[in-house]
Amino acid sequence: MNGRSRLTVPLVIVGLYVLLAAFAPLLAPDDPNTVALARRLLPPQAHHLMGTDALGRDVLSRVMYGTRVSLLVAAAAVVVAGVAGVALGMVAGWRGGWLGALVMRIVDVVLSVPFFLLAVLVVAVLGPSLVNVVVCLAIVRWPRYARVAYSTTLQTRGRGFVRAATATGASGGWILVRHVLPEVLPVAIVVGTLEFGLMVVYEASLSFLGLGVQPPTASWGSILSDGQQYIATAWWLATFPGLALFVLVLAVNLLGDAARDRLDPAKRATVTRRRVFRRPRTAEAAA
Amino acid sequence: MTEPATFLRIRDLRIGFGSGHEAVRGVDLSAERGETVALVGESGCGKSLTALALLGLLPPGASATGSAVLDGTELVGRDERALRRIRGARAGMVFQDPMSSLNPTTPVGAQIAEVLAIHTRMSRSARRRRAVELMESVGIPDAAARARQMPHQLSGGMRQRVMISIALAGRPDLLIADEPTTALDVTVQAQVLALLRERARDTVLLFITHDMGVVAEIADRVAVMYAGRIVETGPVRAVLDAPRHPYTAALLRSVPDPDRPVAGELPTIPGQVPAAGERIEGCPFRPRCARATDRCLTPPDLTPDETGGSVACWHPHELTEAAS
Repeated sequence: MNGRSRLTVPLVIVGLYVLLAAFAPLLAPDDPNTVALARRLLPPQAHHLMGTDALGRDVLSRVMYGTRVSLLVAAAAVVVAGVAGVALGMVAGWRGGWLGALVMRIVDVVLSVPFFLLAVLVVAVLGPSLVNVVVCLAIVRWPRYARVAYSTTLQTRGRGFVRAATATGASGGWILVRHVLPEVLPVAIVVGTLEFGLMVVYEASLSFLGLGVQPPTASWGSILSDGQQYIATAWWLATFPGLALFVLVLAVNLLGDAARDRLDPAKRATVTRRRVFRRPRTAEAAA
Repeated sequence: MTEPATFLRIRDLRIGFGSGHEAVRGVDLSAERGETVALVGESGCGKSLTALALLGLLPPGASATGSAVLDGTELVGRDERALRRIRGARAGMVFQDPMSSLNPTTPVGAQIAEVLAIHTRMSRSARRRRAVELMESVGIPDAAARARQMPHQLSGGMRQRVMISIALAGRPDLLIADEPTTALDVTVQAQVLALLRERARDTVLLFITHDMGVVAEIADRVAVMYAGRIVETGPVRAVLDAPRHPYTAALLRSVPDPDRPVAGELPTIPGQVPAAGERIEGCPFRPRCARATDRCLTPPDLTPDETGGSVACWHPHELTEAAS
C-alpha cells in the first residue's frame, strides 16, 4: 500500500464501524433482544444474514448492537487511561525525585501483573457492568501512557526552550501544559490508537468470560461465548462476531502503525531524502 | 566598597556544589541603571553560573550564598514563588543559542505573548498587539507577518532578536545576555550588539562573553573572572588598553589582532584553568603566572586603584606598561 491508502483504507473501515454503531437502531433488521424460540439456530439466509442464535435472536442485529458496546468501552477506556497515564507520567517526569520514582515503580508493578488476573480482581471487587469494565481497563492500561509521557517529559525538560520559559517566570504547571504537553500528545495519541484495538479485544475477552457487559445486552464477547457451545453445529454464531472483531482490530492497528510512522522522525527523514535524491535526476533530464 | 544606592549590587556571591566544591568563590560586582558590564573569562571560570544564580536558575545540586540586590529586591536565596515573579519581570535573560531556546512548534509571536500572559493582565488581543510592537522595537521588519512564523522560518539573527524581545517583554531592570552572539555570523553579531546596547539603555546589562572584541564594542565596564573570582574590573578602555592583572594581559595577548599580526605562534597561557573543586593556595592564577612570587601564596584581595578599576594581584602591571 502506498502512503495515502495506508491511512485512508483503515480509516474508512473504522468509519464504517462507527456509522454502524451510531445508527444500529435504524440499520439493524431486527431487535437484538427479541427471543423467538420458533426460529432458533437458523443458518444464514435472506431474512437472517448471519443466522439466529439459540434463543432465536437475529445475530446480525446483535453484532451491530455489539459494535456499540465495543467502540464505546474501547474509546472510554483509551480516554480515561490516556488522561490519567499522561498526567501521572508528566508529573513524574517533571518532578522526578521520590514522587517520580514512586509513580514509575507503580507502573512497573501494574505492568508486571498479568492482565486477566488484575481484570478479574477488579471486576470481582467492583462487580460486572459497562462502567466497571471501563474502570478496570483504565486501571490496567494507564501505565502504558505514563511510560511514554514520562520519557518524553524527561527529554523535553532538558531542552533549551523549557529553560528559556523558566527564565521568563513560567511556573512548572504552565510549562507542562504549554511546552511539554504538545511534545507528549502526539506520542500518546499513537499509543492510544494502538491501545484502542487491544481494548476492543480485552472488552470482548471480559464479556466472553462473563465479567463484562451483562446479558441480555449484546457484546461481541458474549455472542462468541454463547456460540461456543454450538460451534460444531452452528458455526455462524461464533464466526460473525469473531470476524467483526478481527476486521476492526486489524483496521485500528493498521491505523496506529500508519500514525506512528508519520510521527517517527527516522521514517520522515527517509521521505525527505527520497525527495532530495529525485531532484538531481530531473535536473539531468532538463540539461 | 560602593555607595549603598547602587542599582545592582552583588556581594560575596558563592556557588557551591556541596562537599566544599565552590565554582564561584566570592564575587562582588555592582552596576548602575543603564550601565553595561561585561563578565569575561575562560570556560569554567564561573561567569555563566554567576549569571544563572541571579535568576535562581542554577543546575540541580548547585546552591548560591551571598547577596545580590536589584533595586531593593534580593535575588539570591529566594523561594520558587518569589523567583517566578522576578524572572521575566525584574530580570530577563538571553541565552546563547536562539534556535534551541525557542519552542520549535509555536509561532514566535505567541512565544513573546506568553511572557505577557505570565506577568500582566493584558487581554489576549492586547498581548498579541504588544508582541508585534516588541518585535518592531527589536528591528524585525514586517513584524505582524513574522509573528505568525515558526522559529525555523527565521534566520539566526532574527531568532536572537525574538529572544531579546522575549527578555524585554516584562520590562526588566536587569538584562542578562549569556554569549548572545556566539552562535551568530560576524555581520549579524554587530547588529545584535548594537540592538542590545540600544535596548538596554535603562536597564543594567550583564553581558557574558569570552570574546574580547565584543567586550570593546558593547561594555562600559569589564569584570574579568578567573577560577570563580573577579581578578580585575574597571572601565572598558582602561582594562583593554592597560590591563593590570597578569591574567587579563595574557588573555588580551592571545587574541589575534588583524592590525598587528603576530610573528610565529599566537601566545597562549601555559597550563590550564584549575578544575572545579581543585584548591590552589593563595592566588588562583599563581601556577600559570610569570610574575608569581612567594607573596602570591597569600590570596590577594580586589583593591581599587587610581584608574577607577580594581585588581586582585600582588604584582600588577604598572599603569605605564603597555598591554603587549
